[in-house]
Amino acid sequence: MDWISLLLVPAIKSLVVVVALLTGFAYLSYVERKLVARFQVRYGPNRAGPFGILQPISDALKMVFKEEIVPLNVDHVVYLLSPALTVMPALVIWAVIPVSGASFTLFGQTITPYVSDVNVGLLYILAIASLATYGIVLAGWSSNNKYSLLGALRTSSQMLSYELPMGITLVSVLLIAGSLSLVDIVQAQRGVWFALLQPIGFIIYFICGLAEAGRSPFDLPETENELVSGFATEYGGIKFALFFMGEYIHMITISALATTFFLGGWYGPFVNQIPVLGLVYFLIKVAFMIFLIVWIRASLPRIRYDKLMHFCWKFLLPLSLLNLVVTAVVLVLVG
Amino acid sequence: MLSDFTFVGILVLIAVLLPVVGLGLSWLIRPKKPNPVKQSTYECGIETIGDTWVQFRAQYYIYALVFVVFDIEAVFLLPWAVAYDQLPLYALTEAVIFVLILALALVYAWRKGALRWS
Repeated sequence: MDWISLLLVPAIKSLVVVVALLTGFAYLSYVERKLVARFQVRYGPNRAGPFGILQPISDALKMVFKEEIVPLNVDHVVYLLSPALTVMPALVIWAVIPVSGASFTLFGQTITPYVSDVNVGLLYILAIASLATYGIVLAGWSSNNKYSLLGALRTSSQMLSYELPMGITLVSVLLIAGSLSLVDIVQAQRGVWFALLQPIGFIIYFICGLAEAGRSPFDLPETENELVSGFATEYGGIKFALFFMGEYIHMITISALATTFFLGGWYGPFVNQIPVLGLVYFLIKVAFMIFLIVWIRASLPRIRYDKLMHFCWKFLLPLSLLNLVVTAVVLVLVG
Repeated sequence: MLSDFTFVGILVLIAVLLPVVGLGLSWLIRPKKPNPVKQSTYECGIETIGDTWVQFRAQYYIYALVFVVFDIEAVFLLPWAVAYDQLPLYALTEAVIFVLILALALVYAWRKGALRWS
């Protein structure tokens, strides 16, 4: 291992991942506005550039140039740290997600289609994903605003609760795959996607993913008609942009993980003959999941808070435990 | 193995750099004209009364407590699941008993009213 393969190659790969995610985030915000507008028979953004495709760039510029209004009685250090704490975990999860099946050689270096194939990949994802709660709780607490505090409390207990069925569902995926490494999990789906072997698991994972990312119908973190903007009420300018970025990248991450765990990752027809197709299939599947999330946002009303908690604890959690036991028994019966 | 986590570390560094660059850039170019009205805490246009850092609903705390119990037990299931195809049949019965105890704990919390949002 020389310094090129140990430092330079992963650094370039990490940069590519971060830049791709930022571009994805910017255009996701555009696509979402456009799609929701179409669902509601409107045009959506159409002024900046042809079809409004320069809208994300103008939004970004606006956010950077905005004057920042910091209330006098906030806890300054935590107030500054929490937007960064929200956006970081969403990016760092991408270290272990494989985007394609085939490595390729460039300038004599073998480039693998992931930043790192950690052998405890799934544990790593569960650990990092739960860190996202900190940013939100600290933001709500440090703002010294009642709306923010209420939003933060709601968000934290929502994210904690939905982590449980998600984790237990991933254990049943693990039972079939037999490995914590994400590359191995995808390779175990060469024949049949886990969405077909684990239909209930896939649905539970998807619902929990929506709740974890704070997406509609579980967008209780933001409930603008009750809590103004939830935990982000006192944030503006670039700090608000960082929260926004965290939420949208989280949405991309949830879609990518659903693809990896349940939809066969990079697998698809002719992927063995033409390896590049792997990346294409992966992106198509992720885009489909994102479209589903936006579709749900345009279709469903927000759920009430007590019902949200009851749904998780009294329905999803027992169901995921049952799913785990059934999976284990069936695996023994099948051999 | 060690190099795997070096790669993760490099991504973490870049992920730290991103918000730092964003915040720094914005700090350099944005206007700074604070005044007391702008800097007051937002609350529907009226002045906020009392401190925010006060007691909050205990139900959140109870959910957090139940969460900790279940999360730790879920962690015990992970190594069992990874080694499942190499384990003999009694591994299944043991895991089923373990999950049953988990379910019993859930029923207990349910009956005790820990999950009730009243």
